[in-house]
Amino acid sequence: MFQRIFAIFRARNIEFVRDRSSLGWNIIMPVVLMVGLSFIFSGGDRAEYTIGVLHSGETIDETAHPFLRTRYIDFVVVNDESEGFRKVGRHQLDLLVQLDNPPRYWVNPDSPKGYFAELALLQAFDGQIEKGQISGEAIRYVDWVLPGILGMNMMFSCLFGVGYVIVRYRKNGFLKRLRATPLRSIEFIVAQVASRLVLILSITAFVFVGTKFFLGTRFEGSYLVLLLIAFVGATALISMGLLIAARVTSEELAGGLLNLVTWPMMMLSGVWFSLEAADDWVRQVAAVFPLTHILNAARAVMLDGAGLADVAPQILALVAMSAVFLALGAVMFRWHPR
Amino acid sequence: MQIALEARHLVKQYPDVLAVDDLSFQVRQGICFGLLGPNGAGKTTTVEIMEGVTPASSGEVWYFGEPAGKKFRQEAGIQFQNTALQDFLTVRETLDMFQTLYDRKADIPHIIEECSLGELLERDNRKLSGGQRQRLLLAVALVNKPRLVFLDEPTTGLDPQARRNFWDLVQQIRSEGTTIILTTHYMDEAQILCDEIAIMESGKIIAQGNPDELLRKQYRNVVIELPLEDVSGDLSNLQHRILETQGIIEIESDDVNKTLQELAIHVHGLNRLKIRQRNLEDLFLDLTGHSLRA
Repeated sequence: MFQRIFAIFRARNIEFVRDRSSLGWNIIMPVVLMVGLSFIFSGGDRAEYTIGVLHSGETIDETAHPFLRTRYIDFVVVNDESEGFRKVGRHQLDLLVQLDNPPRYWVNPDSPKGYFAELALLQAFDGQIEKGQISGEAIRYVDWVLPGILGMNMMFSCLFGVGYVIVRYRKNGFLKRLRATPLRSIEFIVAQVASRLVLILSITAFVFVGTKFFLGTRFEGSYLVLLLIAFVGATALISMGLLIAARVTSEELAGGLLNLVTWPMMMLSGVWFSLEAADDWVRQVAAVFPLTHILNAARAVMLDGAGLADVAPQILALVAMSAVFLALGAVMFRWHPR
Repeated sequence: MQIALEARHLVKQYPDVLAVDDLSFQVRQGICFGLLGPNGAGKTTTVEIMEGVTPASSGEVWYFGEPAGKKFRQEAGIQFQNTALQDFLTVRETLDMFQTLYDRKADIPHIIEECSLGELLERDNRKLSGGQRQRLLLAVALVNKPRLVFLDEPTTGLDPQARRNFWDLVQQIRSEGTTIILTTHYMDEAQILCDEIAIMESGKIIAQGNPDELLRKQYRNVVIELPLEDVSGDLSNLQHRILETQGIIEIESDDVNKTLQELAIHVHGLNRLKIRQRNLEDLFLDLTGHSLRA
């Protein structure tokens, strides 16, 4: 029995080692992730909480109060009170504080992180700080995170459901068989995009309706605008999957490449937490990802009731990304390995 | 007879090997043309260039008097050596899907009957046997009512009965006027199915013509086979070419009666003696110096 196990074990290892692209990728991928993550979260004191400091200046004077030197908290300047309330209400800030006399703070009662940040604040101020009321409706975390979860599901389905499958088709010769028919590469690509679009929009709509029905999630905007965002967003993600799969012949390499784009998107596009306190360059990097635009636009529509004109920049960005990815994918596409 | 397909000076150079070396030949309409050769001879590469799925390094393929293009794609049917079909689709769905890709449409019920797929229509592709799968792949190659069909090693891996059934099917298609280009390394298959063959070796054609004519031209003798253990004396005095392979003595003879009389002196008994006609295997061996499946 062990001989048989060893024979299969050995054969699989040889296969893996001789597949140079996959082997290379398996070595490179963790290195890239390690370097990237250590760069993004460099400094050792990675912030767990983001607190807005309401005042008219552009920088925060850490000497104003010892609380401003608390580790693991990012303090960001907020000049406009209503904007600060909006961000607290939408979980982009865990707390908003004003260090005037008397000092005051505002917290979203539905924010888990806000709760712990409040405890730290009250301890630092020995309870000598006034709690203010947020004007406008504070939203629940579930309302804030729902677009992130829907977007993340859309991202995985589009990228792996298209990219991975095409690589498998190429590897097992199905694409070569299609090549021998009058089917053109652009027709094949459009069919793949359309198929996945219908599937992912149906699934997303189903989950959205379900959460609305069972959890009573918040929705302020237009369903049509949200559908349009989902449509162009899914198209951009599917096109990205097609581009990644345009030439790859190894499923393991395809998996690595797909992970390379999904991991950063999951961490930097604002799926689980807001990038409010992130450095500018991190936000600029995040702007490259389709998921960032999808989530920003969807949250604006769902939570703030934004209209088509408000989310037009994100929609245009997604349309442009789709066009670039599709064009490159069509040019680079190969039916079978050379 | 019109020329259905023509290869003009095809060359395929891979980084480390010249797979097809300035190959030119014509395939007449309505015949079954066999491209034969051992593994690595370049026949699959040649066929894939003609099918349009692999680009040639140089050279051209012409289809009914014009460079093979859109018309060729519409009118050619192709069965690859190894083709995966989409998982979870039934036989009927697979045929429908492929037929939709063509402007030319064959009568699907006729193909289903011809390829004996009637009882398999609702079966998942993954659950077909080897023979059933090959019949489906042939049916897929016929969905566009092709004028020309490529069959690349179509019976490799099939059991003898399934192979014979497949041959019947190919002969039926040919009888309907469809031109067939067959690659195979089974000589019996080529001899039964092909009107014309081209034998390939190292990317070149080393012989071409009707199988029977090629054999007649090359050979005027037959082969007498004997088990080695039945031979008691020294056969080196016989004025014949003698070969020994795997315990069998093969003696080439222009005059069977005379050779048998000579053999009677050196052999215990002639009960296990066989006389056979020359075949393509012999031809290939003589032309190249090695066995077809070496």
